[in-house]
Amino acid sequence: MIYPKELKYTKTHEWIRREGEEITVGITDYAQDQINDVVFVELPQVGAPLEPGKEFAVIESVKAAFDIYAPVSGKIMEINEELSNNPGLVNSDPYGAGWLVKIKLTKPEELDKLLSADEYEHFLEKEK
Amino acid sequence: MAIPYIPHTREDRREMLKEIGVKSVEELLEPIPQKVRLTRYLDIPAQISEIELAHLMRKLSQENAGTDEYTCFLGGGAYDHFVPGVVDHLASRSEFYTPYTPYQPEASQGILQVFYEYQSLICNLFQMEVSNASLYDGATALAEAIVMAHGITQRKKVLVARTVHPEFREVMLTYTKAIGMHLIEIGYKDGITDLQELEDNIDDGTCCVVIQSPNFLGYMEDVRELEKITHRFGSLYVVYVDPVSLGLLTPPGEFNADIAVAEGQALGNPIYFGGECLGIFTTKREFLRKMPGRLIGETSDKQGRRGFVLILQTREQHIRRERATSNICTNQALNALRAAIYLSCLSEEGLREVAGLCLENSHYLMERVKKIPGFSLPFSSSFFKEFVVKCPRPPKEINKILLENEIIGGLDLGRFYPELNNSLLFCTTERRTKKEIDELIVILEDVKWARP
Repeated sequence: MIYPKELKYTKTHEWIRREGEEITVGITDYAQDQINDVVFVELPQVGAPLEPGKEFAVIESVKAAFDIYAPVSGKIMEINEELSNNPGLVNSDPYGAGWLVKIKLTKPEELDKLLSADEYEHFLEKEK
Repeated sequence: MAIPYIPHTREDRREMLKEIGVKSVEELLEPIPQKVRLTRYLDIPAQISEIELAHLMRKLSQENAGTDEYTCFLGGGAYDHFVPGVVDHLASRSEFYTPYTPYQPEASQGILQVFYEYQSLICNLFQMEVSNASLYDGATALAEAIVMAHGITQRKKVLVARTVHPEFREVMLTYTKAIGMHLIEIGYKDGITDLQELEDNIDDGTCCVVIQSPNFLGYMEDVRELEKITHRFGSLYVVYVDPVSLGLLTPPGEFNADIAVAEGQALGNPIYFGGECLGIFTTKREFLRKMPGRLIGETSDKQGRRGFVLILQTREQHIRRERATSNICTNQALNALRAAIYLSCLSEEGLREVAGLCLENSHYLMERVKKIPGFSLPFSSSFFKEFVVKCPRPPKEINKILLENEIIGGLDLGRFYPELNNSLLFCTTERRTKKEIDELIVILEDVKWARP
């Protein structure tokens, strides 16, 4: 399992890449492994507002649906359209082509509450 | 000697009681207070033999006159269409004939394939991209359609034509009251939905427009014009159709329906006292994940053999409770099977013939009835197998006379449409013959003069 050092993480298994006032969000390697074959990704509309801790997307496998939670406050700027043709990208490239949304931050200070790669790995160890 | 329908012997009971350490069944009932106990035997008459029972039931059933004993001109949602013998024969095979609806792919490939074939046949007939494995009936299928339209558009206003079956309109209200949707009725002119009234009421807060064609009164709506108006505002076009009429009329896929539903009773199912029904439900592929009900898909196993399974179960409540598209977790298996057999048996040519006969019969009846003094046709729009007749005497009285002549007359419309309180809705299916229609006319010709 890989957890890129430059990313931030949540306890609900989302990763965050900061790009100035915007962030890109996806799910971690651990999450895609748990979910197994992703068959469908339900993403929000561009422009939709986000509240931290509230679910904003759903990732479906054949037998289950998993809620994905907003790590911070913001507004959806872009969604990964590629996932409608190829939802499996979430499994094969969770930190790259399998990204979910790009968000414009409204409260950048919320990023401080997120976990580092080490903290997230530590959290996963404890979970086991 | 009494035939024991309960399989436990005295010995079985003794063993069970011993196992749980209890002396008698009465001991188990001790927690129930004396004052709520029944202290006498149930007031049931003594048992009768199977011979006596068979005789009694036969006498009771002979008090009924069904559509095989009397000539039926009654429609209004359930129809006296012909059910070919092959449907009964195949549907009553022990592999199929069960109230249980089996969905496990490891145990039920046969019936799952039937549902897949049913879905395919319906898509073909309706020219719609997706069909589910069926819902309970046409009424709830329509209600589910507007809930689905709400799920897609997030809008709450529904425009429903008054020419949609009145009982379906009630069911739609029941389904949508609690979720804050509101239904507005659009009136009719010359028997079909008033386009101007629709224009005056539709806006971009309209979730969907609901029409029925042929409508409840029998007349064919201007489905293409209604579609244009509906889609101009981004509302969904929900239509309820008569599956038999699709033997002749333009199918909903061809006039751009977003959701098309129907009551499938007319396809290979008898009237059944008004239920067991079959809710046909179809939609466009783009709305697939918002569709309610069971859905069967074709796939292949590890060895590459074709198989059938339930698919897209993430729409269903056993996977996602609050976000399921519906709470239904079954289908009308046996009725869908019968419809599939019926459609396979008749195929396009057969269904076209059935629809053609319905049309011929209704128009022959219309031509003859309009010539009877006192009877008139209030509407001039095109109709399929039902139409409205204004009567010179209260419909109740006319129907009473017809019944005495072993004819089931039309539907007394005053019950649902106060403005049509002197009118009957007559229906002719392919089962009606010229002779039967002529006999009906002879009696109606006398009706004016018969003493009440």
